[in-house]
Amino acid sequence: MKYVIIGNGVAAIGAVEGIRQTDRQNPITIIAAEPYATYGRPLIANLLRGKIHEADLAYRPEVFYRDNKVTLLLGRTATKIDVAARRALLEDGDKVPYDKLLIATGGKPFIPPIQGKDGPDVYTFTTLDDAKKLDALVGKIKQIVVIGGGLIGLKAAESLHDRGLKVTVVELADRILSTAFDQTAGKIIGNRLAEVGIEVITESSVKEIVRKKDRVKGIILNDGHNRGCEAVVIAIGVIPDKDIVKGTGIETNRGIVVNDYLETSVAGIYAAGDVAEALDLLSGERRVVPIWPNAYNQGQYAGRNMAGARVTYKGGLPMNSIEFYGIPTMSMGMANPADAGYEVITRLIPEKNVYRKLVLKDGILVGAMLIGEVERAGILTGLIRNRVKVNSFKEELMKDTLSLSSLPGEIRAEWLNK
Amino acid sequence: MKKVYAREDVCIGCRLCEIACIVEHSISKDIIRAFKQEEKRPARNVVEECGPVSFSVHCRHCDEPPCVQVCISGAIVKDPATGIVNHIPEKCVGCWSCVMACPYGVIKRDTDRGKVIKCDLCPDRDLPACVSACPNEALLYEEK
Repeated sequence: MKYVIIGNGVAAIGAVEGIRQTDRQNPITIIAAEPYATYGRPLIANLLRGKIHEADLAYRPEVFYRDNKVTLLLGRTATKIDVAARRALLEDGDKVPYDKLLIATGGKPFIPPIQGKDGPDVYTFTTLDDAKKLDALVGKIKQIVVIGGGLIGLKAAESLHDRGLKVTVVELADRILSTAFDQTAGKIIGNRLAEVGIEVITESSVKEIVRKKDRVKGIILNDGHNRGCEAVVIAIGVIPDKDIVKGTGIETNRGIVVNDYLETSVAGIYAAGDVAEALDLLSGERRVVPIWPNAYNQGQYAGRNMAGARVTYKGGLPMNSIEFYGIPTMSMGMANPADAGYEVITRLIPEKNVYRKLVLKDGILVGAMLIGEVERAGILTGLIRNRVKVNSFKEELMKDTLSLSSLPGEIRAEWLNK
Repeated sequence: MKKVYAREDVCIGCRLCEIACIVEHSISKDIIRAFKQEEKRPARNVVEECGPVSFSVHCRHCDEPPCVQVCISGAIVKDPATGIVNHIPEKCVGCWSCVMACPYGVIKRDTDRGKVIKCDLCPDRDLPACVSACPNEALLYEEK
């Protein structure tokens, strides 16, 4: 039995740990285009900010790969899968045979068709090499524009600001962090960023990246306003990097579609992480939700199933935890419901940058958002995951003293006896 | 694996478990030095009181630990041999993802250090310090 994993994201680590729960012996090969073993990808922001060193990025120690009998083929790009012959084909002509294959190629930055996007001085921010390239700009340029006010864009902005650059963030939506957070939360974080000196422009988009002799000189917004800058970071979001399955007959939609065992439409080939369209816990539908916990978890379930355990993936729960200049922010589940069929309870203390929001559907907690005050937040996540009816004690959950005592005795007893 | 179980029917809410935890994880392991001279760290359990009821919450060292799944830096790992869910402070970046994920709310933020803090079942002891310190056997260290 030969296991092959394509990709070096956290799904690959989950898969190795999942395989080894059942199969301690058979060899695992990880093929990755990036020349690095798995690193804490979100930490590229901490690295660029100067808070940690490159050596701190390794997600598992070196011995992990030896102990788990993992061969790393790094800096090698897998371009095709020969489904009939069960081989992964590499760009350099090598062929890697597999019995069970995991596609964990992750996401790639989405680049909209902005005039002037092609050429030097335009960057993305999803890899260690991206961070190194931006790091090399520090001290050489003064102004930079970040297109996209989501988590990646704001983290890039924060890091570059702290390194002395003048940063402008341009966001299409009416607020920053529009995917996971709401208007109120976006405003709190937006104000904090403005306070430290990061300019945030919402409800706007970049019409053109202006170049002079090929080099970036500024941007023009769709309303005609402009900003001077010497570089642009495009951080609008990531899309599944599924090129490798072209011509294989593997079913794709937005991402690579997988069943409850993380297996694709071709037996023996699995997918996990940002490339996969897997079960979403709350909606019961298959969705691409490119977040770290889902990637690890899907990788782990894929690994266990690849090794022969028959385990059903229970579905991912969207969640984000991130801090901006001392303000912790968390969003779990359906924190931002689209329609009116939900009960929404909020508490806002603007002067303390505290905001708390619970979202209920038929008395069941389905989402939560916490800004500033996050102690014991996981209790809410547990209630969401376990679909607990919280109607009778929802006021308790709104307090900053949130505790297990807030829960009915029988639930508490069951949880604590695990 | 052996875990710490709390019995709320006999817990008297004295919080000696918290003190024992802080002392055990101090540099000197001496109660007076730990509280008077060293930088005090939070206890790794949470004592809750609600009217007449009190109980202590301890890490469950879960089979599928949500804190491990969400950790972005590899700072939380479950030891496959012992089952203990360990936190490596040097690797922690204080993103609070584990605080968001732990359904027991038992991972604490140590905001002075910008890192989290959690139960390690006292690697230097046979019996965890909290269990030893409990005067009324409200904490049990056993395999269920």
